[in-house]
Amino acid sequence: MVDFDVVDLPDHDAPATGDTAPDFTRPLVNDEFWADASLSDLTDDGPVLLVFHTMAGAFPATYVWNELRDRGVPADVQAVGVSISSPYEHKAFLEERDVDARLFSDPAADVAADYDLEHDLDGMAGVTEHRPAVFLLDEERTVQYRWVADEWPDFPDYEELADALAGL
Amino acid sequence: MADEQPAITLYRLQACPYCERVVRTLDDQGLAYQSRFVEPMHSDRNVVKRVSGKRSVPAIVDDNTGVTMSESANIVEYLENTYGEGA
Repeated sequence: MVDFDVVDLPDHDAPATGDTAPDFTRPLVNDEFWADASLSDLTDDGPVLLVFHTMAGAFPATYVWNELRDRGVPADVQAVGVSISSPYEHKAFLEERDVDARLFSDPAADVAADYDLEHDLDGMAGVTEHRPAVFLLDEERTVQYRWVADEWPDFPDYEELADALAGL
Repeated sequence: MADEQPAITLYRLQACPYCERVVRTLDDQGLAYQSRFVEPMHSDRNVVKRVSGKRSVPAIVDDNTGVTMSESANIVEYLENTYGEGA
């Protein structure tokens, strides 16, 4: 991509394929309102594509949702994001970027801690966000596919993800 | 999700005193409810308009009785009459 070394991210112990993804409850923002929801509420309804990304406004958040929209997520898979952005920021992001997903707001990045995917931002003192990652979960919250950023920045392997979605 | 949700849904705005008044009454009556937060801009409250006919909050939807209602004074009166000691 570029002719110099990009920043490597440290090792992690995020849930792997076959593991049960930790449950959590956070405000879940749609294009009209937000209400507390649990990840398990969503998986009870069907498979979930859980996308950890940067705060709204940073280009990786825009890129990942643009890419997923353009490639398409199967109708029976619920695409949901998680970032440290406030519900207000999430709502504006959904609207301005025409994102077809719902977004969890996790300002303290506690969910990132539960998944061992905390990313302390260099040059933004005190700001920890979610390391970019994608989890495809079945109805039991079992991880069917996982991608975690190794570098900063880094983007999901969309081909691999498409295969995983097709194989659900 | 639908199976475990409380029967009462409160459409509210963060830090809105009229909404907090309704919350206090819900708590006083020991009623379970779910909160749905909307935005300060009236034009961004289509969901409230759709359920209650107007864009004002607080608004509640009570699936126990089929009642949908706006205006905090009306809601408080309704909750006390429906679920209060004298009800």
